[in-house]
Amino acid sequence: MTAPTIIGTETEFGISVKNAREQDLVAASTLVVNAYNNRNIPTILWDYAQESPLMDARGFTVEGENPTSDDANNSVINDILINGGRYYVDHAHPEYCTPECTNARDLVKYEKAGELILELSRLTAEQLLLDNQEIIIYKNNTDYKGHSYGAHENYLMSRKIPFTDIVDGLTPFLVTRQIFTGSGKVGVENGTEDTDFQISQRADFFEKEVGLSTMVERPIINTRDEPHADSKLYRRLHVIVGDSNMSEFTIYLKVGITALILRLIEKGVVGSQFALQDPVAVIKSVSRDLSCKNKIALKDDRNWTAIEIQQAYLELAHQHLSNEERTPVVIDVLEKWEFVLSSLKSDPMSMGQHLDWVIKKKLIDAYINRHGFKWTDSRVRMLDLQYHDLRPEKGLYARLLKNGHVERILSQEEVVHAIQHPPLDTRAYFRGTCLRKFPNNIHSVSWNSIVFNGPTGFDKIMMERPHFGTQAIIGELLNSCSVDELVNKIRFDD
Amino acid sequence: MPREKQQEYRDHHINENEEIQPNSEIKDNVDDLTDDLDALLDEIDEILEEDSEEFVENFIQRGGQ
Repeated sequence: MTAPTIIGTETEFGISVKNAREQDLVAASTLVVNAYNNRNIPTILWDYAQESPLMDARGFTVEGENPTSDDANNSVINDILINGGRYYVDHAHPEYCTPECTNARDLVKYEKAGELILELSRLTAEQLLLDNQEIIIYKNNTDYKGHSYGAHENYLMSRKIPFTDIVDGLTPFLVTRQIFTGSGKVGVENGTEDTDFQISQRADFFEKEVGLSTMVERPIINTRDEPHADSKLYRRLHVIVGDSNMSEFTIYLKVGITALILRLIEKGVVGSQFALQDPVAVIKSVSRDLSCKNKIALKDDRNWTAIEIQQAYLELAHQHLSNEERTPVVIDVLEKWEFVLSSLKSDPMSMGQHLDWVIKKKLIDAYINRHGFKWTDSRVRMLDLQYHDLRPEKGLYARLLKNGHVERILSQEEVVHAIQHPPLDTRAYFRGTCLRKFPNNIHSVSWNSIVFNGPTGFDKIMMERPHFGTQAIIGELLNSCSVDELVNKIRFDD
Repeated sequence: MPREKQQEYRDHHINENEEIQPNSEIKDNVDDLTDDLDALLDEIDEILEEDSEEFVENFIQRGGQ
């Protein structure tokens, strides 16, 4: 009953133009996205016909307008990437979506490649501004004034799993995983309890347990039911509760472990045994507990720490993952999960090369000690924000990385390679390779379709199974035929 | 990653039950770390955006998803 592992992330970036007379964030985002063109090809559109963000996983559709975009606007705000990902303007933010990946290691690689794509386009866009103006892009989740933007994760799941099982099994995991997934934040927002520094950027913004909205009254479990795949077989779980992470190690654990928890839910071994009395309060209290040792009330009156809840999930993973599921990446994720939990238990500050929130906290502590600043000092808030600055010469995470202060998962060469090459083992291979080989013959693209513009008109090829379209399945055909032959062959096979 | 941390990581993964031997390098490593951190803090003083008060005040985003 388990679906193949398919993971993707979407990151909305903060943006600012230094020395601009007024901040037009939509224009700045559009400028940056448009500055990137690695294909040298004519316009390819995003196919909005395949989108349905108002469908609720609980079985109903909410009233409202689906996104559409007229052709001119569509091409200005969308860039479909030859690595299989998507780069576009969402609201007033540049947004990058990774291609579909089969494992946490690849996901880190493509998410990091996205940061380089943003930086490359930022540099190009900056040439178009006045000499004293600079574009700054932050991979964070807040302006520290109550406006949050997301880092969403997507996981393919079997449609056979009732949505209530996902809510029951996943909620206690999501509200406690911050202890290793948080990116750290100075201060509080959204009318929440005051503190100097908290573990998560996003925790202050979650007000409901379950819901469809991603922009107001954000829910811990989002019910958007838009699978971008065969809806009879699959759902795409849209996790909106996470932080944008800089640390490769943190991203790796976040998506690697969350994917394992969903396997356990699909197998029926995680149910409501860890149900919490008040998850919305817990997400905020865990974010404020830098010791990671405060007790959390479960529905059955047990009191566990966040670490103990995570250890219970880890134990279930050890017990129930099959040999086939224990791929080298999964084995590594399990080892690192165990290592992190035992380290957090003995001393959270020992994770100062691994976890974003600890890396940031240690840096700020040292800075405060040196200068005697208060937590509310603007320079301390600047340091928090600048940790997320994507510019290699200015970003504080980037400086730490360059100086060898943080743990890596990948080599820089692998990340650079991922800018122009799709993963080989998902439908992103088919999408990215078609965009590279046949750019003049493609009219539009979505996650689960490509519309070819052939001699006899438009041909829409659906890709309803994200784990098909791989190099192993279609590589030989793709590399040996013309676009017409390809379309005819696939249409015939259908 | 500094040698001390690498050692800690290896010990955890490979020789969990083996006692960590005192190492004459460790003191040097701690000194190295402090020097490293000092150098880094110097660097931060140089690269932190100027007019941070005005900058963080004016950093206002539209809410996203």
